[in-house]
Amino acid sequence: MAISVSMTVNGKTVSGDVEARTLLVQFLREQLQLTGTHVGCDTSQCGACVVHIDGESVKSCTVLAAQVNGTSVTTIEGLANNGTLHPMQEAFREHHGLQCGFCTPGMVMSAIDLVKTHPKPDEHTIREWLEGNICRCTGYHNIVKAIKAGAEKMSAA
Amino acid sequence: MYNFEYNRPASLDDALKALSSGEEVKLMAGGQTLIPTLKQRLAQPSKVVDLSGIAELKGITVEGNAVVIGAMTTHATVAASAEVKAKIPALANLAHGIGDPQVRNRGTLGGSISNNDPAADYPAALMALGATVHTNKRQLAAEDFFAGMFTTALEEDEILTKVSFPVPEKAAYAKFAQPASRYALVGVFVAKTSGGVRVAVTGAGEDGVFRVSDFEAALSKNFAASALDGITVPADGLNTDIHGAADYRAHLIGVMAKRAVQAAG
Ligand SMILES: Cc1cc2nc3c(=O)[nH]c(=O)nc-3n(C[C@H](O)[C@H](O)[C@H](O)COP(=O)(O)OP(=O)(O)OC[C@H]3O[C@@H](n4cnc5c(N)ncnc54)[C@H](O)[C@@H]3O)c2cc1C
Ligand code: FES
Ligand code: FES
Repeated sequence: MAISVSMTVNGKTVSGDVEARTLLVQFLREQLQLTGTHVGCDTSQCGACVVHIDGESVKSCTVLAAQVNGTSVTTIEGLANNGTLHPMQEAFREHHGLQCGFCTPGMVMSAIDLVKTHPKPDEHTIREWLEGNICRCTGYHNIVKAIKAGAEKMSAA
Repeated sequence: MYNFEYNRPASLDDALKALSSGEEVKLMAGGQTLIPTLKQRLAQPSKVVDLSGIAELKGITVEGNAVVIGAMTTHATVAASAEVKAKIPALANLAHGIGDPQVRNRGTLGGSISNNDPAADYPAALMALGATVHTNKRQLAAEDFFAGMFTTALEEDEILTKVSFPVPEKAAYAKFAQPASRYALVGVFVAKTSGGVRVAVTGAGEDGVFRVSDFEAALSKNFAASALDGITVPADGLNTDIHGAADYRAHLIGVMAKRAVQAAG
């Protein structure tokens, strides 16, 4: 049985028919063609699929599309403004916070949620916050640097 | 994942009606355990009833000498709550140590204790603080609620509504986390209450959370880590798995209990 859902995604109202079992990440990638949100594990561990629901970071592989009916969702595609990268994206670029880039959308979305409550996070806070984001390439060091710098830019903006 | 019918009632009454519809119904809190379970086809409900639309299941209040937390309150909300931090800081710390930020944003108190994972953190807090579990039809002491690994006293047509935590004189939770998942390999919650000291252990027992009466007796006489010197917990009935053997867990219980007592001050 199809369920009609309607929500705001990256500032635009979208609606569509989904199955009850459709995951939010499937709805985003397959129906809305927003493929910036990645699926690394599909088992709630890696954080590649992190998006914001009403401003809170969540793993979109562990949320049903039906559960977010009526909410506001932000994905990595919603961050840049007319071709200008979001300060957190810019910081990842500047500080070499990515190699293959697979984990990056989730890292950036998690990082922005952190800055909401910690405008100037220290290294320990950042590393603790990244508990649910796994990177197979960078060794995290530059990710942590990027988040620190991105947070400073966001707070200055 | 097999498909199912999804519904999101706005009141407890409607949720109870959906529960008693005679179908194979599963309640959903934040879905942090249920969705992975459905993906693995370990559960195949014909209907999922999402409790997130029911306002009365959410929120934190202080009532007399207790902190009352709604079943649908997320771990992130408990961790950040000014009331919880002021009255039972150990509980806010425990919530802050669950999983990762994204799990804490969705996972709930009610979902965690209804699931009663033997390595979950909250069961230790409920047992050590002597909490009362409220459902739509009755109240249960934590001791009577937890009924072994992944098992509780909840009946098929019962919905957990809130948990009432009496405020202790002091308390602390010390967890030795499994490094990948952050679940407790061993977690010990120590509470000094007006009725004496209570010590509850999660992560270690084959039947889930349990209390350690020898530790409680020693700490009731002298609330200091050194009071536990020489008292051991037998390895019988403790878990052995790829993360640690029963005797290792038995040892860790002593270590984490001492750390909790020190942290409680
Ligand atoms: C990556 C990861 C790491 C985690 N690490 C930890 C950790 O370190 N420590 C820890 O304690 N937990 C951990 N968890 C579990 C987490 O704490 C969730 O709270 C827990 O999975 C329950 O999720 P939920 O609240 O979304 O409930 P759901 O998954 O929605 O529901 C769980 C079960 O409870 C039942 N249920 C839910 N609400 C009610 C109710 N009100 N009345 C009756 N039955 C109900 C459901 O039917 C279902 O069977 C982790 C989870 C993940 C995915
Ligand atoms: S794909 Fe969602 S956590 Fe890995
Ligand atoms: S940059 Fe490759 S996984 Fe993180």
